[in-house]
Amino acid sequence: MGINFRKETFRDDFTFRNSPEHIRRFPFPFHEDAYMYAVNIEPHVPGPKGSVLEHGIDVDEHYVSEMHDRALVLAEDPLRCQSLPHMTLAGWDLLELLMTSKAESYPEHFTLNRDGDKWHWINRPLGIDDRFTFGDVSTLPYGPMEYITRQSQGDFCILDQRDGNLWMDAGIVTTQADWSLDFDIGMNFFEWHAPVPLAHEKGIFTRALKFLTNIQQGAPARRLNWTMTINPRLDTSPENYHKWGTDRATVTPENVGQKVHLRVELQSFWRLPRSNALVFPIRCYLIKMDELVTSPKWARRFHRVLRDLPTELADYKGLSRYRPTVLEWLSQYDDGAATSPGFGPD
Amino acid sequence: MTAKTILSRPVYGTLSPQPGKHHLFIADAEGAAAILDMANSAPAGFFADAHIMFVPGATGTKYVEPLKKLQPAQFYEGPSIASALPRLRQTLATAHMGLRVYLSGTEGLIGQAMQAALEAGIDHTSIQTEQRGSLARRVQCVHCKGITENVTTQPATCSHCGLLLLVRDHYSRRIAAFQGVCINAEDPTENPPKEEIFR
Repeated sequence: MGINFRKETFRDDFTFRNSPEHIRRFPFPFHEDAYMYAVNIEPHVPGPKGSVLEHGIDVDEHYVSEMHDRALVLAEDPLRCQSLPHMTLAGWDLLELLMTSKAESYPEHFTLNRDGDKWHWINRPLGIDDRFTFGDVSTLPYGPMEYITRQSQGDFCILDQRDGNLWMDAGIVTTQADWSLDFDIGMNFFEWHAPVPLAHEKGIFTRALKFLTNIQQGAPARRLNWTMTINPRLDTSPENYHKWGTDRATVTPENVGQKVHLRVELQSFWRLPRSNALVFPIRCYLIKMDELVTSPKWARRFHRVLRDLPTELADYKGLSRYRPTVLEWLSQYDDGAATSPGFGPD
Repeated sequence: MTAKTILSRPVYGTLSPQPGKHHLFIADAEGAAAILDMANSAPAGFFADAHIMFVPGATGTKYVEPLKKLQPAQFYEGPSIASALPRLRQTLATAHMGLRVYLSGTEGLIGQAMQAALEAGIDHTSIQTEQRGSLARRVQCVHCKGITENVTTQPATCSHCGLLLLVRDHYSRRIAAFQGVCINAEDPTENPPKEEIFR
């Protein structure tokens, strides 16, 4: 059975929503009633059938519409996709990873035929049928990274590994939580994370870097991160902050359920075989407060997490202006009952 | 002195003579004094293999003769950083192994000369730097991408698109600039006063 791709928007009239099945598979990021930074990295092994972890690279009902939104962002601002000159080989590595993964996980939607370096790629949901020569950039309409990531949900950062550090040397970033690829490209792991509060002092990045530089081919890892977004807007870039920032002042007790979204990033980390680079897909999942509270456990827990979040983190995540209104709204779903351990909705 | 704030913000040291075959100094304004101070501890004949590029700015003629007295193999005096950059790029492009680079003066000078050195393939950690004089910042507007020079206030107005920018400590060596982000994006009626803090 194939995926029923929704036709929806992430701007203007904001018709995005999750089907009931997709609400149940939402990657809720809190395993307990509190949140603080941790090196919450684990092996990226297949999860339960139907979950976002079933396949290494998840494709869901929002795929076609998200790819349309990405094309709009890139047409407006081509600087969202950049690759330093030494990263082309890693781009081919990524193309291979994404094509083979999609074709294997979703054969009804994607097909890859390979005869040596003559490749034939069919992407049915997006109506793409291309033959090209692997390794020859002149045979594709874009560079290899841009070509395949225009067909893959989530942002992608490709990190070069040298001098015991990771360097943000290529990426496509159109659905980011408020950071600029154009500004951060070329930075090392500590530099691009420099604005994050509290975590440096806890040694989080030193330990995370050690883990990441040791990731082996065939053994990817993952972690979840989260923030909140007003309206189901994918492009919450700093570049356009002066255009969407006013959204944050529009939250009222009446519109919390539809307007306020929990935004979860499923970040995974994969060693690439030819370039020895790491690719870091940052996949964004959105859920409306009205959808979230269909799980009583998630509603109770998210109320408690948001209530007890340290001020520095709330400021960094940009929640401060509307946090009180959302808390008040969520409190009606929190009767104080205990919540079960783990991420699931019960 | 510049304070250590976040990890992307550059930290500067004190110039000291490095082993090498050639020595390239780029300085502006009070940065000349860093070269003169370093010269006191340099071995005899050190400047015979040196090239000094100097942009005096508001210091006028004060440092020009003292620098010339060091008897560098080449001495250049330029009216602005921008006017010095083509010569710097050419010098770096034709440089040989054993060149050492020393940058001193304002963050804008250090940043732009560092940017040229990085583009020439020199590792940033091998470059000697010393901040002297004004703490005015180069700021890239994250919205329009224009760079505003000599920013001394917080917040600051983008000289290209006119947005009022919060000047962050987040710094890009590749762009040689701090990041500016619209400070009143969530409520454009807010108009926080400008304070002169980067002097």
